[in-house]
Amino acid sequence: MEKAPIVRLREVTKRFDDVVAVDALNLDIFQGEFLTLLGPSGCGKTTVLRLIAGFESLDKGEIIMNGVPLNGTPPNKRNVNTVFQSYALFPHMTVYDNIAFGLKMKQLDKSLIREQVEEALSIVKLLGMEQRKPHQLSGGQQQRVAMARAIVNKPQVLLLDEPLSALDYRLRQEMEIELKRIHRKLGITFVFVTHDQEEAISMSDRIAVMNQGRIEQIGTPTRIYEEPENMFVAKFVGEINIFEGRITEIYNGSATVDIHGQPFKVLNRKNFTTGEHVKVLLRPEDLIVTRDEDSRPVPPSLGGVIDEVIYKGKTVDLIVSLDAGESIFVTQFFNEDQEDVIFQQGQRVHVDWPYGWEVVL
Amino acid sequence: MKKLFQSAYLGFIFLFLYIPIIVLVIYSFNSSRFSTNWQGFTLDWYRVLFSDGPLMEAFANSLIIALVSSTIATVLGTLGAFAFCRYRFLGRRIMYSFVYILMMSPDIVMGISLLMFFITIGLSVGAVTLLLAHVTFCLPFVIVTVYARISGFDRHIIDVAKDLGASELQMFRHVMLPMLMPAIIAGWLLSFTLSLDDVIVSFFTTGPSFEILPLKIYSMVRLGIKPEINALSAVMFLVSLLTVTIAHFFFAKENK
Repeated sequence: MEKAPIVRLREVTKRFDDVVAVDALNLDIFQGEFLTLLGPSGCGKTTVLRLIAGFESLDKGEIIMNGVPLNGTPPNKRNVNTVFQSYALFPHMTVYDNIAFGLKMKQLDKSLIREQVEEALSIVKLLGMEQRKPHQLSGGQQQRVAMARAIVNKPQVLLLDEPLSALDYRLRQEMEIELKRIHRKLGITFVFVTHDQEEAISMSDRIAVMNQGRIEQIGTPTRIYEEPENMFVAKFVGEINIFEGRITEIYNGSATVDIHGQPFKVLNRKNFTTGEHVKVLLRPEDLIVTRDEDSRPVPPSLGGVIDEVIYKGKTVDLIVSLDAGESIFVTQFFNEDQEDVIFQQGQRVHVDWPYGWEVVL
Repeated sequence: MKKLFQSAYLGFIFLFLYIPIIVLVIYSFNSSRFSTNWQGFTLDWYRVLFSDGPLMEAFANSLIIALVSSTIATVLGTLGAFAFCRYRFLGRRIMYSFVYILMMSPDIVMGISLLMFFITIGLSVGAVTLLLAHVTFCLPFVIVTVYARISGFDRHIIDVAKDLGASELQMFRHVMLPMLMPAIIAGWLLSFTLSLDDVIVSFFTTGPSFEILPLKIYSMVRLGIKPEINALSAVMFLVSLLTVTIAHFFFAKENK
């Protein structure tokens, strides 16, 4: 995938009155990738999308597509198409006319239009719905029409602005799979905007986590989830437990961190020095909870009491209140060998984790 | 019991509203010259009405002015409403509130100010000034009607059209216009009825060279109500009824 980027954003800045929506943002988007802009509402992700589409004008910087700067090019002259959150289907047109709209604007031959509309309809699995009006369709079907209307123009880049957020949970999961399938089938670049980290993680090739008009971290879903580079990314993507600690010893490539008096050995990726205050981050599923009655606690480990047991079927979620005062969230997978190990509220437990599974910031 | 009372109450209100019109229509078929007592059925007054040359001419003038002024007002008003919605320009809000002020301002004020304006620019009152005046007071109603509909749209619709390759003109032609059509038709019908029965503004802005129906009736009534006025009013009521029915048809279709 490391080809020349299809779209480059260079120092892109956009202000709305006094609010900086996008702040000197740099981003390379590569041919054929599924890139997600992930962030809380108001972080500027939709503005980035609208800047690429050409609905907003840049205050500073430039957007380069295929090596050509796009500054001032109107949306109808850009080889990108957008799928909007609200779908914004033309209510007075049939499904067919909605999808054919872009091709009609290009004044293509009627038979060619028919052929391409049929193809788009078959990709989104809506054949036979041509003569329906948008209000006769379900939310999921409207979503598919909006997709078809965009992809029929064969854009180089497809921009998707939270297209799944209006759907209910089951339909959303179904559409996630559909989107991935369509992406693979078309081979074009998808830029997807969402505030839903699960959506981002399950669909993307790369995720750019945005906050206050800037990109906090960009990388594969695995890297974003497993190795967050800063507290914002760590907290925004998934559940995470944060322990305050202090570096007490440094070895070659690893270090000892003192957390609530317990000396934990950690990987030293960031060249911390002795005495430095650090935060040790752990995903709920990376922590191991052991009942004191099953095995006596061996240092280093954090003692506590089970506060809450939430049975999830595949897993069990525990809220453990540590002796040091804080509450942590732990997900345990069922161990097939010891099915009888049932956690119960009020049991004394101790918590630790395999060396290297932590992130130290 | 409560239900009965409710429908009786409603019936009473409608009777109160419509009895005068019903009486008027009935008396237009009364063969008595004096409207107050019933002396048998006749269509004479309609015959008299349709053979009254000047009255029919005034009626034709009224129709022409109503047709032309409402059409001009509809075109200008639609473009105006679109501009208010689509473009951000200095004084947009203030201008839009002025549209409302124009709608609220008393007819007499508008009539006098238009008359003074026409005199100032040296335009003698007649068909042209009447037309300009009617366009002026119809315009805000079209703008408000069409604007209300545009603001009800998903604002991304315009973006989508542009995104799919439509130029500004194509977007207006293929997306906005069809979507606005019910509002445009409603605005036109509203303008048409407003123009057709306007007395006060017309009184100031037309001269003896160009007579229109409401003014003609007004001057006739000053000499006493003749039965053919009843017949004429009945005809006009029928025209309004038709207009309202057509308008309702468009909205009913829209709301489906």
